[in-house]
Amino acid sequence: MSDIKITIIDREGEAHVVDAPTDMNMNLMEVVRSFELAPEGTVGICGGMAMCASCQCYILNFEHMLPEQSIEEEDMLDQAFFVQDNSRLSCQIPITEELDGLEVKLAPEAP
Amino acid sequence: MIKTDILIIGAGPTGLFAVFEAGLLKLKCHLIDALPQPGGQCSEIYPKKPIYDIPGFPEVLAGDLVTNLMEQIKPFEPGFTLGERAQTIDKQEDGSFIVTTNKGTKHHAPVVVIAGGLGSFEPRKPPIANIAQFEDKGVAYIIREPEVYRDKKVVIAGGGDSALDWAIYLADIAKEVSLIHRRKDFRGALDSVEKVEELSKIGKINLITDAEVTDLQGENELENVVITHKASASEKEIKETDYFIPLFGLSPKLGPIADWGLEIEKNAIKVDNAYDYQTNIPGVYAIGDVNTYPGKLKLILCGFHEAAIMCQSAYQRIFPDKKYVMKYTTVSGVSGFDGSKKEAKKEVVKSIN
Repeated sequence: MSDIKITIIDREGEAHVVDAPTDMNMNLMEVVRSFELAPEGTVGICGGMAMCASCQCYILNFEHMLPEQSIEEEDMLDQAFFVQDNSRLSCQIPITEELDGLEVKLAPEAP
Repeated sequence: MIKTDILIIGAGPTGLFAVFEAGLLKLKCHLIDALPQPGGQCSEIYPKKPIYDIPGFPEVLAGDLVTNLMEQIKPFEPGFTLGERAQTIDKQEDGSFIVTTNKGTKHHAPVVVIAGGLGSFEPRKPPIANIAQFEDKGVAYIIREPEVYRDKKVVIAGGGDSALDWAIYLADIAKEVSLIHRRKDFRGALDSVEKVEELSKIGKINLITDAEVTDLQGENELENVVITHKASASEKEIKETDYFIPLFGLSPKLGPIADWGLEIEKNAIKVDNAYDYQTNIPGVYAIGDVNTYPGKLKLILCGFHEAAIMCQSAYQRIFPDKKYVMKYTTVSGVSGFDGSKKEAKKEVVKSIN
């Protein structure tokens, strides 16, 4: 198992190519937090339980096999703001080798 | 005025366990929480989710953990002010504090402990630029008095149970009810969705889907909502209304505590973790997820640890002349304020010694 490359565009529009480990049981929200790509307390507020939408991101390339949305994720995105057709909760996307080359953009912080 | 030894703001797991630790030191506690029941997030958001990192519980449902904590602290007879949010804090000449809630309930204590977790849960406000200027002038995030809407035009936004239920309820009261949702599908209970569809067919609810309210208009009070449809984002629909009620669930905010003069860093309250989790205001402590310090871990078990340390310090603050020696419950047992006593059989104690 090796690291994979993921491009994350932060809320200021800056793109960061990060090496995300596939052997630490991390999800995309935790990668964003560990690389400090958003201020503390603005991403993953609920801890990754699909209950706050603070980690919402837009998937920019679709050749990757992303997990299907759970009912909890759909419910949360239904109540969230700035939602687009390509919105996902990054806490619901486990880091796997299949995601090598994934590009995402963080959604704006909700008021 | 409610008087207590330790006033705890936040009745989540950390706040509840602090009652137990305080009780061992013969200190009485009273808890304030904005939610109508104790348990914080564990009760409100994820009561059926299993937690795996509580020592001694290989697996415990969040709701069951709260039930157990309530049972554990029962002998210490804590008081509760529920459904009210701690609003202001006033330091008294003797160093004690009076904390007043948003409903005016006053609490007096020599020690205040903030165990507010992620903060109080407040309605999630949609990102409409001028929404704040219409709050209480046509915009409401919570329906308190449905009669206010009798014979009025009401626009509700949202797709969950709350939006559906209120649209159904107000359909009988209001002059006109519109329900706006950004998708065609609703996530609420099936019978509520069906009821809304029925009411829509007979013209009692004006159902507008694949659309969002993106702007508000009015002179002093709300007069119109501006609706943007997904299909034609450039064309805006203007809808006359008396009220706009966005119902998008709750999100945690630090709330009025943020204005108490506490040192705040990264949306959390800074404390002295090397000693006792006291804030920059002597006599005010912060424990659990609401605090921050180097190396902080936002875990329930860390909140429990912080509660124990905090109580020892609070005891010394309340009784500066008394010397208290930390005891083990295995040795000294647990004596409740209700007269109950739990202790190990003497022969067991003897064999340990």
